[in-house]
Amino acid sequence: MIEHLLVNYEEAAAVILFGIGFTMLLFQRNLIKKLIGMNIMDSGIFLFLASMGYIEGRKAPIIVDGVQKAEMYINPVPAGLVLTGIVVSVSVTAIMLSLTVRLYKRYHTLDLDEMYVLSKHQEEDR
Amino acid sequence: MDFIRNFPLFTIVLSLFSGVLCFLLPGKAAKRYTFIYEGILLVLVGSVLLYTIRTGGSFTYVMGEFPAPWGNEIRAGVLESLLALAFVIILQCSLFAGYRFVEEDMDESKVNLFFTLVNLMTAALMALIWTNDLFTGYVFLEILTLTSCGILIVREIGRTTLAAVRYMILNLLGSGLFLLGVVLLYDLTGHLLMVPMRETVSVLSRDPAVMPVLTMAVGVLTTGLSIKSGLFPFHFWMPDTYGWATPASASLLSSIVSKAYIFLLIKTYYRAIGMDVIQKMPIPYILLGLGICGIVMGSVQAMHANNLNRMVALSSAAQIGYIYMGMGMGGVNGYTAAVFHILAHAVTKSLLFLTTPRLAEVSGGSLLFRSLQGAGIRNRDAGLFFTAGAFSMIGIPVFAGFASKLQFGQAAMETGNLKVLTAVMLALAVSSLLNAIYFIRTMIRIYSTGLGITRKEVPVRAHHRAGYNIPMIVLTLGNLILGLFSWKVVQLIHLGFSMFR
Repeated sequence: MIEHLLVNYEEAAAVILFGIGFTMLLFQRNLIKKLIGMNIMDSGIFLFLASMGYIEGRKAPIIVDGVQKAEMYINPVPAGLVLTGIVVSVSVTAIMLSLTVRLYKRYHTLDLDEMYVLSKHQEEDR
Repeated sequence: MDFIRNFPLFTIVLSLFSGVLCFLLPGKAAKRYTFIYEGILLVLVGSVLLYTIRTGGSFTYVMGEFPAPWGNEIRAGVLESLLALAFVIILQCSLFAGYRFVEEDMDESKVNLFFTLVNLMTAALMALIWTNDLFTGYVFLEILTLTSCGILIVREIGRTTLAAVRYMILNLLGSGLFLLGVVLLYDLTGHLLMVPMRETVSVLSRDPAVMPVLTMAVGVLTTGLSIKSGLFPFHFWMPDTYGWATPASASLLSSIVSKAYIFLLIKTYYRAIGMDVIQKMPIPYILLGLGICGIVMGSVQAMHANNLNRMVALSSAAQIGYIYMGMGMGGVNGYTAAVFHILAHAVTKSLLFLTTPRLAEVSGGSLLFRSLQGAGIRNRDAGLFFTAGAFSMIGIPVFAGFASKLQFGQAAMETGNLKVLTAVMLALAVSSLLNAIYFIRTMIRIYSTGLGITRKEVPVRAHHRAGYNIPMIVLTLGNLILGLFSWKVVQLIHLGFSMFR
């Protein structure tokens, strides 16, 4: 078991990062920390994809010296997926940060639980 | 005729373009444009449905003419077209009937942004329905999450923003898990396109050492999508999210967005993993169990709600449970019942969510039950449509809810498993009883004038009244068609599933 983990240390690190991020996103009460957690979670997945897509000794699939053998190059799809994933993650973070700013202006706190209490005081059930 | 094969792509690209265009247009023009565009969309999707029924087969649109396994693909069959058509009709009805409230909740200068979001959401919905590639599914899943959060926060009050943040956090957890699942499957199979992935999965599943990893990958993906669609125990975001949203948004989120996630899951099971492999995993049993728990818990919580919107939202949690229960039963019949219920619940829930604000309007703006006394008499149209929706939810014959319960019962019989049959029948019985209790209680409330409450009728302008009644009649008719001609719809769904292979 440990041997497998040591051989695949990049994947193991990725899964640990995912776990840390996931837990932070779920359990942190502070909105900014939640967002940091979300970014760690996404980074874990990107690390997993990037490490999976890289084969040592091979090059990026750009033909320079006329070498056309597929075995000389790595598959570019995982890198493309990571880039797409990063774009998605940035947009989601931007929206969440803008919502956080809006909530902070209204409730002067970043603690989600406190916000709930304050919101119930300020706006009655209708 | 073959030109119709381009239509699925048109629905995505035109919706994206419309989103950008609405951003540039002033509010009123954006509204008019979107209403016209939704009409065009209806024609496009309707043509694809007729084309697939007539040809009796599905078709694949290869993007950029790069064949599988390199390129990206869109696929259209009867099932995809049927759902797309239902979603577009409900989208249109929700916008028509809910627009007045959007105007009230938003600054006039920002109304075009609402339509920008709606069009981008339509693009994401269409892409999720048509896509044949899991990663494309992920990208549009995130676009759907962002836009649905956007249409939530158009109502600029603190509690809506808080509900939106909660909704986003849960959705981000779901998206993260879905992405991890997709990446694990890609790692195992080397494919992102659904059909090549299924072929590799089928070979891999013969190796007992790979099965646990495969199960984990599918499990992670399923957990992600079930969090996003609100399966028990992840349904706690529903009451706040639907309860505080503007009515059009609540209707869109509950009847379309959450269903699109479930449809992606069904498509992944059928086309990317293969039903024979799914049946070897414990996942269907877990879905069945959670579905049944969702049905009971959702109904019990709905009974204790003090606010009409919260009650309707919590009953959504129960209805999502039904859909997962169908998927848990497995087999074509179980999945057919699940898809039928997606349609039945979509038309019913949009009807209810668009009716509740009208009842509140004549009750001092309050959705609390004590204020709603006699609301159905003060606004007779809204009362009537609410009653139709409630009848369907309870499962009165002629309405869609009854037909879908019948489908679930039949599917359970056909599993041949006594334990599954008993559990499903009990869940159906308990849930129908609880639904009847809280919906009939609400109907008595809105139709009785006791306690001396004598609020006056709030006059509604004629064009607003027509703009509301027409979409509501369409939704009620949709409900009746699903109820009366359920055999025809089931036939279509069966045909759709037969094309899924």
